[in-house]
Amino acid sequence: MLEIKGLTVDLEEEEKTILKGVDLTVEAGKVHAIMGPNGAVKSSLSYVLAGRDGYEVTGGTAMLDGEDILEMEPEERAAEGLFLAFQYPVEIPGVGNMTFMRTALNAQRKARGEEEMSAKEFLQVVREKAKTLKIDADMLKRPVNVGFSGGEKKRNEILQMALLEPKMCILDETDSGLDVDAMKLVSEGVNALRDAGRGFLVITHYQRLLDHIKPDVVHIMSDGRIVKTGGPDLALEVEQNGYADILAEVA
Amino acid sequence: MAIAQKKQEATEARLAVAKIPDSKGWLKQARDTAMDRMRASGLPERRDEYWKYTRPDTLVRPSAPSAVVFDDPGDEPMFHAVDRLKIVFVDGVFDADASDDLSLEGVKIERLATASEADIHWAKDLYGVLEARGQTPVERPLAALNTGLATDGVLIRVSAKVSKPVNLIYHHKSETSDAILHHVIKLDEGADLTILENGPAAARFNKVMEVDVADGAAFHHVRTQGRDHERRAATHIFGRLGTESTFKSFTLTANGVLTRNECVLELTGDDAVAHVAGACVGDGDFHHDDTVFITHDAVNCESRQVFKKVLRNGATGVFQGKILVQPGAQKTDGYQISQSLLLDDDSQFLAKPELEIYADDVACSHGSTSGAIDEEGLFYLRARGVPRDIATDLMTLAFLAEAVEEIEDDVLRDEIVNRLEAWLARRRG
Repeated sequence: MLEIKGLTVDLEEEEKTILKGVDLTVEAGKVHAIMGPNGAVKSSLSYVLAGRDGYEVTGGTAMLDGEDILEMEPEERAAEGLFLAFQYPVEIPGVGNMTFMRTALNAQRKARGEEEMSAKEFLQVVREKAKTLKIDADMLKRPVNVGFSGGEKKRNEILQMALLEPKMCILDETDSGLDVDAMKLVSEGVNALRDAGRGFLVITHYQRLLDHIKPDVVHIMSDGRIVKTGGPDLALEVEQNGYADILAEVA
Repeated sequence: MAIAQKKQEATEARLAVAKIPDSKGWLKQARDTAMDRMRASGLPERRDEYWKYTRPDTLVRPSAPSAVVFDDPGDEPMFHAVDRLKIVFVDGVFDADASDDLSLEGVKIERLATASEADIHWAKDLYGVLEARGQTPVERPLAALNTGLATDGVLIRVSAKVSKPVNLIYHHKSETSDAILHHVIKLDEGADLTILENGPAAARFNKVMEVDVADGAAFHHVRTQGRDHERRAATHIFGRLGTESTFKSFTLTANGVLTRNECVLELTGDDAVAHVAGACVGDGDFHHDDTVFITHDAVNCESRQVFKKVLRNGATGVFQGKILVQPGAQKTDGYQISQSLLLDDDSQFLAKPELEIYADDVACSHGSTSGAIDEEGLFYLRARGVPRDIATDLMTLAFLAEAVEEIEDDVLRDEIVNRLEAWLARRRG
């Protein structure tokens, strides 16, 4: 599904290398987690994959189903099936949440040569999916993320994911700013989307999210590299012993 | 006050070609005093402080600079979806054939030209009167010139809540037309009227609208100024608001090489509400000036000025907005915002927000910003699959939303949004 090889990336403005050769393969149907201490540039990896400005790829490749996504515009990556659930979803005053989601869905469909969804059909689909995430009509009507609580913003991200039905989902610290109940709700939303054709990359500091979204593979990232890869137990090890032991072990 | 020789020469040059309309009685008197007023101040020139950001020369010179007539047969007429009474002017001349029958319940509509035949007329107390009041503390000579020279216009007396809007439609058919229209609208106590205006009107257009809103009356105004690229316009609205009255005006300007829209409002009765809003989109050779002056002279009144400008390819936007709170106008709630979205480095926005307050228990705020499109928001939209150009348009509409939302009527608001969407879509690569 997603195959990253030897990915090296500089920050454009600071001439600083932040990713120093990342190798990572996420298979369809699997959930991979990336854990790591602050400053391990986990979020930067997600931004680079989504195509945000400010990063310069100096080496390596990132293929999504055999297509090199690093050459694509962000919207092309999205149409190819890549989805990033933002750590800090952006507020866009004046753009209605429904308008935003329908525009996005239909833009992707159009890019893939599929038929656009009618307003009526869209409304039905979005209502049904919103219900399971406990997103009320008011949240759908308001401008994108404006006045949303932290939990509402994350639920809105998952709603978009459910609507857009991407192949490859990257969740960037989706647990940040969530209380226990909200985390449960968000995780259920994610788990409902797990299927054999879809890959997940879950980026988090803490093991607790992984209690709800059970990973198949866990990677530890430090200083721009994947330093250790293991099974779900690796996350528990982090929880018990912290990152220091693991980093000392691989140093 | 003596005026500088150069200014006097320019003023006389303009008057030398002016056709002073035949009129008698009260109208002749109103015209004569307006011309005296205009002569005393002289027509505006660039050195005038009030014209610092907008060059008045093409608005003042004897003949109108020519303007190509814009022809877009593919468009639905503006406000076509609205049930309305149409009053059509072609290059500033009333067109009876194209207009609807002027009878409508709750409202009496007359042409300026015929009204002057009556010895006594309600408009006598308003024609040129509100304009004259609006000449202090700042002179507005183009408005006085209009009162003196206006060849046509309508006088509208409103006595009740009117069932449908009155639509003033201004067609532009001659490349050299120089139109001067003057309308007077009087809303009696508790009356309610919506005026729609659309169209470029002429190569050069000078328009004054005087609006007297009596106690408890409501005036709504939605206007678009036509897509002719080369047209020029100087417009003035003079409004006087009584107790618990409402005045709401919105203007959409897309294209036009030069536009100066002045709005001068006086809140003279307690608990009155005045909102003036504008959205403008300019591309290239486009200069748009909103000049607003709102005087609070009563207790517990609210005023809002909301102006948003989208500028690209070297377009220029100007905002001069003032809130004057007179002594005793306590509990005034004044708000003013002017913002520009600059889509490139060549465009510019010049803003002069002013507050002058002589009462101690008021809440007034003003803000003005200029900025580029929010890159964070743009990336968020693109990361969801929305292409850059569509994402930019969405963000642009979002930027304009605060001004557009000042239009209360859903149908009219949708019509304006549709026009904006179409304007943006035409500029997509």
